[in-house]
Amino acid sequence: MLIINCPYCGPRDQSEFSNGGEAHVKRPDGSKEIGDREWGEYVFIRANPKGLFYERWVHTHGCRKWFNCVRDTSTDEILVTYKLDEKKPNLNNFKSVVKTPSGEPEVGSGNFTVEK
Amino acid sequence: MKKKYSIFSLAKNALSGHKDWPKMWRSPEPREFYDVIIIGGGGHGLGTAYYLAKEHGLTNIAVIEKGWLGGGNTGRNTTIIRSNYLWDDSAHLYEHSLKLWENLSSELNYNVMFSQRGVMNLAHNEHDIKEIKRRVSANNLNGIDSFWLSKEEIQKKVPIMNTDNLRYPVLGASYQPRGGVARHDAIAWGFAMRADEMGVDIIQNCEAHQIRTKNGTIEGVETSKGFLRANKIGVVASGHTGVLAESAGIRLPLQSKPLQALVSEPIKPIIDTVVMSSAVHAYVSQSDKGELVIGAGTDSYNSFTQRGGFDIIEDTIRAMVELYPVFGKMKMLRQWGGIVDICPDASPIISKCDIEGLFFNCGWGTGGFKATPGSANVFAHTIAKNEPHQINSAFNLDRFASGRLVDEHGAAAVAH
Repeated sequence: MLIINCPYCGPRDQSEFSNGGEAHVKRPDGSKEIGDREWGEYVFIRANPKGLFYERWVHTHGCRKWFNCVRDTSTDEILVTYKLDEKKPNLNNFKSVVKTPSGEPEVGSGNFTVEK
Repeated sequence: MKKKYSIFSLAKNALSGHKDWPKMWRSPEPREFYDVIIIGGGGHGLGTAYYLAKEHGLTNIAVIEKGWLGGGNTGRNTTIIRSNYLWDDSAHLYEHSLKLWENLSSELNYNVMFSQRGVMNLAHNEHDIKEIKRRVSANNLNGIDSFWLSKEEIQKKVPIMNTDNLRYPVLGASYQPRGGVARHDAIAWGFAMRADEMGVDIIQNCEAHQIRTKNGTIEGVETSKGFLRANKIGVVASGHTGVLAESAGIRLPLQSKPLQALVSEPIKPIIDTVVMSSAVHAYVSQSDKGELVIGAGTDSYNSFTQRGGFDIIEDTIRAMVELYPVFGKMKMLRQWGGIVDICPDASPIISKCDIEGLFFNCGWGTGGFKATPGSANVFAHTIAKNEPHQINSAFNLDRFASGRLVDEHGAAAVAH
């Protein structure tokens, strides 16, 4: 189970939070002009990387505020949480432990954060 | 030579201490070029190679697998097989699969241990009752065996179940007698062996790194054993399909999450059917070794750790102990997670895409095992003919533009 650092309340147990999927998804401009396909992509397609991932969480059983997060999906390590109005952090600032597109980190998935 | 398994071969090999069994498949080095490369050596991938060779006469095929055969989700599920889906498209697909399961042991001459012990889906409230009765009727209209069980009938079938003294009492259930369980390794090994005999190269420890394309046509795949050229590539990599698609510049509507399961210590036979409950999220069957095989849910967040959150296990165990107080003091032996790729409509994608020669069979989410032979069969057809089979035509990629979804989220008899 994850410990998530709510930018408003501090570190709390994951069971207090709900996940909101990919963060920073932009609604396309010109909804009248764009075709079904682009619209479908906006509605249905979200990033699904193995590695660093921008995502949203909401502190459902706490302050009920939404915030963003960068998490490594290959290890579940949470690298940073930040408020919605804060700038999107550059992923180059973080070290990803994934070596190949489908590879596992050296310590084995999931054990990485424990080891640390 | 075609390997034959029977009581006689078993007796013969017993005399030599089971040391002389022939290898079930070769382990060749990859050739430079293949007509078809299947990425992913699980049941779906190996089955695809088997049906491509058997029904479509293609034999210059390779199946590449980053680990060992059946070591991904084929070996990480709870092996439940049923076809009682609500919508026609899903019902036809899963029923096609169930019919193949029924004949698979004899077709492969390899025991996949398909045991049709029935599958029960519990109703815990008024809404469940209505939903389940509607699904039962839809199943019957599609010629699928499915009927409603009253609480008394459930108590007769599963006497250890606590139906009344719990927060969400058991009010009834749907029951599909032809449903059941099978042996997860056997389906992978059986398909692998018979595909290998027809000339398919099965290459383990060969990880696909990048799918290469040129002018909208497939070129081949970069692997840990070098670059392999191919006319066609079928990607059947479950949770990692999206990652591979991305390498070819294709974005798929998939989200990968861990789905967990656990088994208990072995006990004497106590439950002779499969019981699923989506409302309290616990499903259980008993393996031939006597272990209870318990299915839990997915985590709420994307992850590729084959582990999953502990709170999910807690929820499932809580529901299990409430439904079956007799299991309260049992010990759990193992717990694991598999990475499932979930589509927005909780239905699979068995489809070609914009790149000529590139095919996807993915998005099986939490229910892919039951579909193994059916999925492989129609995927082989799709690859060989460049056109979907009638059964999988609804499960194309275009549905996310047209809006013609096959929405099985609430309809598939179990929560996703």
